Amino acid sequence: MRPGGDPLASGVPFPEAARAALTRAQLRRNLHRATRTIRGKRGRVVAELPDWEELRAAGSAIKSHVLAHLPELLLRFEEAATAAGARVHWARDAAEACRIVVGLVRETGAREVVKVKSMLTQEIGLNEALAGAGITPIETDLAELIVQLAGDSPSHILVPAIHYNRREIRDIFRERMPGTGPELTDDPQALCEAARRYLRERFLSAKVAISGANFAVAETGTLVVLESEGNGRMCLTLPETLISVVGIEKLVPTFQDLEVFLQLLPRSSTGERMNPYTSLWTGVTPGDGPQNVHIVLVDNGRTAALADPVGRQALHCIRCSACLNVCPVYERVGGHAYGSVYPGPIGAILSPQLTGVAANRTLPFASTLCGACYDACPVRIDIPGVLVHLRRAAVAARPGPSAERTAMRAAAWAMGGGRRFGRVLRLAGRLTAPLRWALRGRRVRRLPWPLSAWTAARDAPLPPGESFRDWWARTREEA
Amino acid sequence: MRIGLFITCVNDLLYPGTGRAVVRLLERLGHRVGFPLEQTCCGQMHHNSGYRDLAVPLARRFAAAFRGYDAIVAPSGSCVAMVRDVHPRLVPEAAGTAARTYELSEFLIDVLGVTDVGARFPHRVTYHPSCHGLRLLRLGDRPLRLLRAVRDIELVELPGAEECCGFGGTFAVKNADVSGAMLADKCAAIRATGAEYVTAADNSCLTHIGGGLSRLGAPVTAVHYAEILAGRDA
Repeated sequence: MRPGGDPLASGVPFPEAARAALTRAQLRRNLHRATRTIRGKRGRVVAELPDWEELRAAGSAIKSHVLAHLPELLLRFEEAATAAGARVHWARDAAEACRIVVGLVRETGAREVVKVKSMLTQEIGLNEALAGAGITPIETDLAELIVQLAGDSPSHILVPAIHYNRREIRDIFRERMPGTGPELTDDPQALCEAARRYLRERFLSAKVAISGANFAVAETGTLVVLESEGNGRMCLTLPETLISVVGIEKLVPTFQDLEVFLQLLPRSSTGERMNPYTSLWTGVTPGDGPQNVHIVLVDNGRTAALADPVGRQALHCIRCSACLNVCPVYERVGGHAYGSVYPGPIGAILSPQLTGVAANRTLPFASTLCGACYDACPVRIDIPGVLVHLRRAAVAARPGPSAERTAMRAAAWAMGGGRRFGRVLRLAGRLTAPLRWALRGRRVRRLPWPLSAWTAARDAPLPPGESFRDWWARTREEA
Repeated sequence: MRIGLFITCVNDLLYPGTGRAVVRLLERLGHRVGFPLEQTCCGQMHHNSGYRDLAVPLARRFAAAFRGYDAIVAPSGSCVAMVRDVHPRLVPEAAGTAARTYELSEFLIDVLGVTDVGARFPHRVTYHPSCHGLRLLRLGDRPLRLLRAVRDIELVELPGAEECCGFGGTFAVKNADVSGAMLADKCAAIRATGAEYVTAADNSCLTHIGGGLSRLGAPVTAVHYAEILAGRDA
């Protein structure tokens, strides 16, 4: 996936994109190492908390409450934020959100904006909209900057450049980062220093910053951003104008609710007890920090997801990416294969709901339903359950007859009676008899389509000839 | 106690030996086993592939077939998870049978209170905890406890045991490349143990794993743990 297309649906079916990703050996090595490292760190800091399960339950309960009372809470948030000096804007979809933000930046006359890492601004394609209006967006999170300079798109929610190693990053910096030359080495310290020098100038000259938010407190109108590098703190405090783009599901009812999420999020995402920087701001503080504070509340498909009693739990997501790091499918194929800014297990249930299943029909099937994601999720989203739920919708969205549907119906018919099933099993035993004779105990190495997909990587077993029920009838019922 | 064996459709066709092993094992422990012939399939393939409506009559059929049994035992973690977690949501009358359905190791340990089933298996074996048994049924180390009590068995730990093998039902065909990549890693881990046998609670996963090992020409046999407990070599 490259920037410029639909940020939530590349149009390439997952199996096809995954096949291409699997051939990239370097990508697989990077992913293997990176996901295992974060997985281990997360496991250790989660195990430290005796009340982790209670925290998960609390996080889930608070989010359920928010979704059940979303209209009131949104209005309360607007009221509190407005009273504190912020201007609140409402956007139905990506286009409206981009229009609002571009308009706000234009009002300031700025040609360049600094950005705090934000999933939502990627979801709505904000950088492309800004660039189209002649405004240069500068990503200031190190990994986001790498990806932006490379002209690429993030492949992980939290570690957007997880698919690059340091030699690749050195080359990107050498070629694309102003003020960086061929003397740059791939030493991590040197790479950081180069980025720091470049970004420092941008922070000091920027008039406008754009951020997302991890949480929005309805009671107080406060926005919260968690980050690791301090770039966020720079963006949130130095410029005159701060525009925060916030999904409507990001609300928590009260300030005290943050105590649950500020424990859940860092441990689940970076595997830290606490993230290095937590910034909270409530409207405008005269004489301190940005004096023009805007908040753009974005729906972009969330209300549609909310209407689905099973699917709506995807809106609990706090974007920690623990599910990506434990997912055996994500670990093999990386984020781009999902064709959406939201990759991995959460992306497989979120993207189809935000776009409508018809635009993302293969994502609900991009999982073995192994359940590792559900166990890792800090707000207990039953990702496998939602995947199965969305598969129904995906099957229903497929136009016309299909070989699969016919096969499923045939199987269901065969299983529609004990005697009938017995006859079908006997028939299968008889039809495979010549093969059994020919192979004499060896396994089947090649099957015709569609089972050729099975024998591409593995041999297939043959029925031994007598089904269990026939054995039972022969040895038990007659006795 | 009336014990009903739920063989599962995959075992009925491809692995009747696993079913015979369960019968032999339970009879050796002094129990009588019934096999209602009206049973067919739990409907998991239909349900998990997006054909819920086709799974509903199968759930109803299961509940009717096993209505008269005090305990329903199946040699499959995945199918038991389907019966227990999903059937009551498909058909209300399935709640009773769902609550009385056990995966073999649960039945042996939790219901019968048996860990040593009197088996002997003089081989090097590694155990793969298949995902639905591990994460949906929370079988924990039950199958391993049963295996540890087997005479002359040499159990070796499987590196990365709790990682999915990549089977995933229709996933193995729909996403054959990813499934194959996961399988390759699982097979490598199994071969690294030097085990002669890899065992698990699900023949569906073992079909995938065994098929991969066989394709690689690896000298490792995939076998359901029920067959080990039944004293396969004795």
